[in-house]
Amino acid sequence: MSGKIRVEICTGTTCFVMGGAELLLLEENLPEHLKDQVEITGTICMNHCKSNPANQAPYVRVNDKVIKKADLFKILDEIKRCAGEE
Amino acid sequence: MNVLNNATLIRRELLIRLSRLFLDNRMDAIDRVPLEMFPKDGASFRCCVYKDRAMIKYRLMALLGHRIEEETDELMPLTEYARQAEERQEVESPILTVIDAACSACVRSNYYITDACRGCVARPCITNCKKNAIRMEKGRAVIDPDLCVNCGLCKNECPYHAIIFIPVPCEEACPVDAITKDENGKEQIDYDKCTFCGKCMRACPFGAIMERSQIIDILKTLRDKKPLTAMVAPAIIGQFSAELGQMAAALKKLGFEHVIEVAVGADMTAEKESHEFVERMKRGDKLMTTSCCPAYVETVKKHIPELAPFVSETPSPMRFTAEKSRELWPDAKTVFIGPCVAKRHESLSDDNVDYVMSIEELGSLFIAAGIDVQACEAEELPYAAHTNGRGFAATGGVTRAIENSVHGVEVKAEQIDGLSKQQVRALKRYPQNCACNFVEVMACEGGCIAGPAVINNPKLAKRSLDKFLNPG
Repeated sequence: MSGKIRVEICTGTTCFVMGGAELLLLEENLPEHLKDQVEITGTICMNHCKSNPANQAPYVRVNDKVIKKADLFKILDEIKRCAGEE
Repeated sequence: MNVLNNATLIRRELLIRLSRLFLDNRMDAIDRVPLEMFPKDGASFRCCVYKDRAMIKYRLMALLGHRIEEETDELMPLTEYARQAEERQEVESPILTVIDAACSACVRSNYYITDACRGCVARPCITNCKKNAIRMEKGRAVIDPDLCVNCGLCKNECPYHAIIFIPVPCEEACPVDAITKDENGKEQIDYDKCTFCGKCMRACPFGAIMERSQIIDILKTLRDKKPLTAMVAPAIIGQFSAELGQMAAALKKLGFEHVIEVAVGADMTAEKESHEFVERMKRGDKLMTTSCCPAYVETVKKHIPELAPFVSETPSPMRFTAEKSRELWPDAKTVFIGPCVAKRHESLSDDNVDYVMSIEELGSLFIAAGIDVQACEAEELPYAAHTNGRGFAATGGVTRAIENSVHGVEVKAEQIDGLSKQQVRALKRYPQNCACNFVEVMACEGGCIAGPAVINNPKLAKRSLDKFLNPG
């Protein structure tokens, strides 16, 4: 394990259409000092949209925490928390 | 610019709910959707949930293909609108509709003096105003909207930057001044001027301008098991984070019988247009412009007639593709799937295109049907397009295709990347004064991948497209 903060952005169709597409811009929105601490990947459907009756897409996982109705701010907050900044 | 905002998300959610009701054969529950979206004790965007619900009803009417302006009975339930939609035999014009109750009637006077006004002694706003439209009230300068002519001099002169310009977003975005206020301050579209570029729809923060969707017509054809051909625009690449073959498989899963890339037609456009260019240059024409962007073609027709003789006469990729689809599969109805509002209008004059569906609508339909494009096994398309045609999706692509195909004549190309008010004015001078001989015009900045009905961020879509065109 690299010890990096893992960010998995769901790119399944539901998440992608409901706003996940733009979350892939995260890389460009990371503060400079966090850039090499974070590993961002797009992932296939994590099935959160299927198990949840009220669809809260897009979903993003930061380490083990699942963020629903994710946006760049929520993801960045979680990354900062993981990095011990908060 | 990000594609996404709350107005877009609400539209997508409604498309998903509508499609789901149709697929589950539960259209009789459609009148509940406004209540489900805005429950009694929930939050509201507007003054109250009741207004939000009323707007949801109008939005659903537009998604059912109706024209809001034609509403005669406010008590008519959505179930009745849905029934009428299912009975509809033909797509109707105009393709846009304005929800005038959603239009917040943005202030007409565009300049406004804010609290930052110090009521100074110099008062350059007053001394410079040529119309005597500014007076002092309770120690602050105030603009009289009846006298103000929106020249902006006061804004430039204020030492405190206290004067701001408040635009009417749709009017600001419209390149041809086709959307204006009626006597009640509500926006209305003048279809003698409108080029169907879709910029107003994208610009309105209240989501008051909508396309009249044909999704019910398409769903009905699928339900009745009548054959349908999906013609996917080049801009589909990069829109679903999946391979083109997976997209084809997903469309088949949805019930489409045939899938063809419009890039196949774009290849034909590129080839014919290259020949046309060479011929035109040989006969001494000053320049030739592209004709694949329907909003641009409409702009020339309605606003720059002096440029019309220089617009390529080669049919658009959609026309070529639709013609070919009809030849190949004469029994199937055709659906153009793309990111464009103007294609909806263009299709009205092409008998080979039966329906138009936006990429956003397709995405919503996939969600409603529980289809994950990424999970589909890629299928080969019967006709593979070339890089030339596929490149049409982004600004510069048509130019590249022409440069690749023209021999013996020098191509001095220029690109108009996005039609703004200024660009429309500039284009009027091209017949007299132009340093180039080939002009590629895209109404949307960035090209089709930045069209009004895309899903992906144009920057990311461009990356996917480039990778697809130049693998490795």
